[in-house]
Amino acid sequence: MKPRTGFRVFRTVALVLVVLALVAPLLWMIAASFKTNVDIYDSGKSLVFTPTLDNYDTVLQQANYVQFIVNSLWVAFAATALSLLLGVPAAYSMSRFNMRKSALVVLMARVIPGVSLLVPWYYVFSNLRMVGGFSVLILSHMFVSLPLIVYIMMGFFDGLPDELEEAALVDGLTHIGAFRRITLPLSVPGIATAGILSFIFSWNNFMFALVLSGADTKTLPVAIFDFVGYASIDWGGLMAATTVVTLPIMVIALFVQKYIVSGLTAGATKG
Amino acid sequence: MPAVTAPSRAPRSASVMPDTPGWARWANDHRKWLFAAPAMAFVAALIIFPLAWTGYLSLTDSSGSVRAESEFIGFQNYVDVLGDTDRFWPAVGRTAAFTGVALFFEVVLGMAIALLLWRPFRGEKWVRVAILLPLVATPVAVGMMWRLIFDPNIGMANQVLGWLGIGPQPWLAGQHTALPTTIFIDIWQWTPMVVLILLAGLTSLSDEPQEAAMIDGASAWQRFRHVTLPLLMPTVIVAILLRGIDALKTFDILYATKGRGGGSFNEVETLNVYAYGLSFDYNEYGLSSTVLILFFLIIIGSMWALTSRRKGADR
Repeated sequence: MKPRTGFRVFRTVALVLVVLALVAPLLWMIAASFKTNVDIYDSGKSLVFTPTLDNYDTVLQQANYVQFIVNSLWVAFAATALSLLLGVPAAYSMSRFNMRKSALVVLMARVIPGVSLLVPWYYVFSNLRMVGGFSVLILSHMFVSLPLIVYIMMGFFDGLPDELEEAALVDGLTHIGAFRRITLPLSVPGIATAGILSFIFSWNNFMFALVLSGADTKTLPVAIFDFVGYASIDWGGLMAATTVVTLPIMVIALFVQKYIVSGLTAGATKG
Repeated sequence: MPAVTAPSRAPRSASVMPDTPGWARWANDHRKWLFAAPAMAFVAALIIFPLAWTGYLSLTDSSGSVRAESEFIGFQNYVDVLGDTDRFWPAVGRTAAFTGVALFFEVVLGMAIALLLWRPFRGEKWVRVAILLPLVATPVAVGMMWRLIFDPNIGMANQVLGWLGIGPQPWLAGQHTALPTTIFIDIWQWTPMVVLILLAGLTSLSDEPQEAAMIDGASAWQRFRHVTLPLLMPTVIVAILLRGIDALKTFDILYATKGRGGGSFNEVETLNVYAYGLSFDYNEYGLSSTVLILFFLIIIGSMWALTSRRKGADR
């Protein structure tokens, strides 16, 4: 069906407005990160200003941000890898054996408010002297990643025909062998989708790290608050810090757009 | 050379294969639970035990330190919390308002944008990229970004209003404007999520009912109202469900824009923010556990209400 010209004009105008509304605030944030605090306070320089890298110098050199970037990367990577290791076989089993009730247990994790788990976690992990270390952060982030991965991979395995596995069984592979040599290689797109989303969710996670991280294991979303003082805010530094957190993930998103969309909409159209 | 003997085919059931070691055969026979159990055990250990503990704490007067002696006080906390018109009920009201208003706008705007994007057009790729950006941005950073934009003195928001001849607004700093402003931020960040889900639903619809309605002379609105929307309803409910759960639990942008306790007048203090404050600012573990159990019941209750309506719609 070809839309009429009137609709096409309306659509173009409407979509330009939508794109502006979504992108302008982000551009404003990035622009502010290149301004001195004097320029940020000067409304005459809201669009035209002399860019400076001072804020990035503050963030990366003085505020120890390189360390926090490494922390965030490490926690997100480890939580994702471990969740894939646990989650992919589980999703496979739950899909092939139709274990919907067991799947519900894992998906419960999505529904429960994180705060209700933090007090017991904090108590147990501080008794084990783990609070402030990386292991407890990784465990807590897995709690976000694992349900996500199970959810996405179950949908993926549901859509994967089992004829190929059956052919492999006829050819003498065991069930586990067929999973490893036939199903897993075919699942790479699904695993990529699940892994990318898990990484993003872990990178963006704030509450668990707020309670469970220590001064050396802080992740980026928590470290942002270093720029918010009680009396005043270093706006230039703060905007550089937020840019450092968000820009990499947005750039990655441009390249793996397809995977992110398929992961976020997984299972939504089955009804 | 002609093949004399065909390779011997293994029997179909792998468990009777002679050349596999015993442990491998055992693993193969028990693969269902071997695969599923580790993930389930992990989640169970991290959920069921803490949740049970939270349930227990809600019946005690635990405060100060979880390690400190606490007394079992039955349902006293529940009586106290449910009678608390100072913090608890306002927090319930804010949670409901935040979720309800944000969801309403996200679904309406999301539907409108998804319909605009439904049919292919030039430049589609760029619009889709723009839609993805807010969605992947770190919520805390998004909160900080809007905090600058909505700053009453130096923010872009009041500057734009000035160009339009409208006076400056207090936005996040105002006692009555703070909650609507945080709702706006939530709508900005999460409408794209609804767009993506609805768009996936729209693209999976077949064209035939649309074409049939067109031949029957139905207007664009009639086609949407009586053909597209009913077919899309299951997807709309999934979008509401997924977004609703997350909206109820919103924490990051509220903490980033207003700090502890949802601001000095608790103006954006939702149940999640309130429970967090009780736990980690005031160390009132008994009370916070009570609030959390009630909050959890509210989430389960609203999910149940939605899914049972969905089943009703299927009939």
